[in-house]
Amino acid sequence: MSTASNTGHGKASMRTPVARARGLGAAKEGVQHWWAQRVSAAALVPLALWFVASIIGLAGADHAAVVEWLSNPLVTVLMIVLIGTTFYHASLGMQVVYEDYIHTHWLLIVVNVGTKFLCVLLAASAILAVLKISLGA
Amino acid sequence: MASTERPLSPHLQIYKPQISSTLSILHRATGIALSAGTLLLVYWLVSAAAGPEAFATAQGLVGSILGRILLFGWSFALFYHLGNGIRHLAWDAGWGFELPVMHRTGWAVVIFAVAMTLIAWIVALVVLGV
Repeated sequence: MSTASNTGHGKASMRTPVARARGLGAAKEGVQHWWAQRVSAAALVPLALWFVASIIGLAGADHAAVVEWLSNPLVTVLMIVLIGTTFYHASLGMQVVYEDYIHTHWLLIVVNVGTKFLCVLLAASAILAVLKISLGA
Repeated sequence: MASTERPLSPHLQIYKPQISSTLSILHRATGIALSAGTLLLVYWLVSAAAGPEAFATAQGLVGSILGRILLFGWSFALFYHLGNGIRHLAWDAGWGFELPVMHRTGWAVVIFAVAMTLIAWIVALVVLGV
């Protein structure tokens, strides 16, 4: 094909068609994303039920009661896992939403990476708060 | 934008709302709401770590009328997304694609979400001693 290396915009290119296609579609790491979303969802089923039950038990609780609850090592560990899994699952889910509705490539990248940064920042803050209480600092 | 010279499927507006599409949209909407709701969780934990005074302020906000409305919406979103998420995992395993089964599990998820939200709030109000 004599036009195989054409970019489609009337400019000749030395790049092969496969080089142009690489990295543009979902056939890159879609399966990994899909699977990670399912695994984190499965983990969140028991974690979310445990968290809601705990929060109901803490309705109207004062500071001392919440500190005592979070200082239990099992609660500390489960809360850290819950926070990490929640923000991971949220960032994966929001990415799919952006990919469906944002059709400007650079904007999609900016919003998606911005969300990932925000998720890491929020997760780190929440985990530090849990550790600070649990370790009694 | 992609080229629009290819045939397009009909636009959303001309579809009659069905349980399948409505619950699918609700799954996405509750997912977005829960993502935003994580801000409340982070605020609650950080204020607890900051000390009794900051925590009292946070509890006051959560216990206000607006706080309780947000929390009620958050709890429904969580139970709906949880129930429908399990439905999605069942589909991923290849189970429940037949239309009658799909409609039954859809309504089951709606009933589950409403019932769990009400039970959670009744128990919470009992714990509060209201």
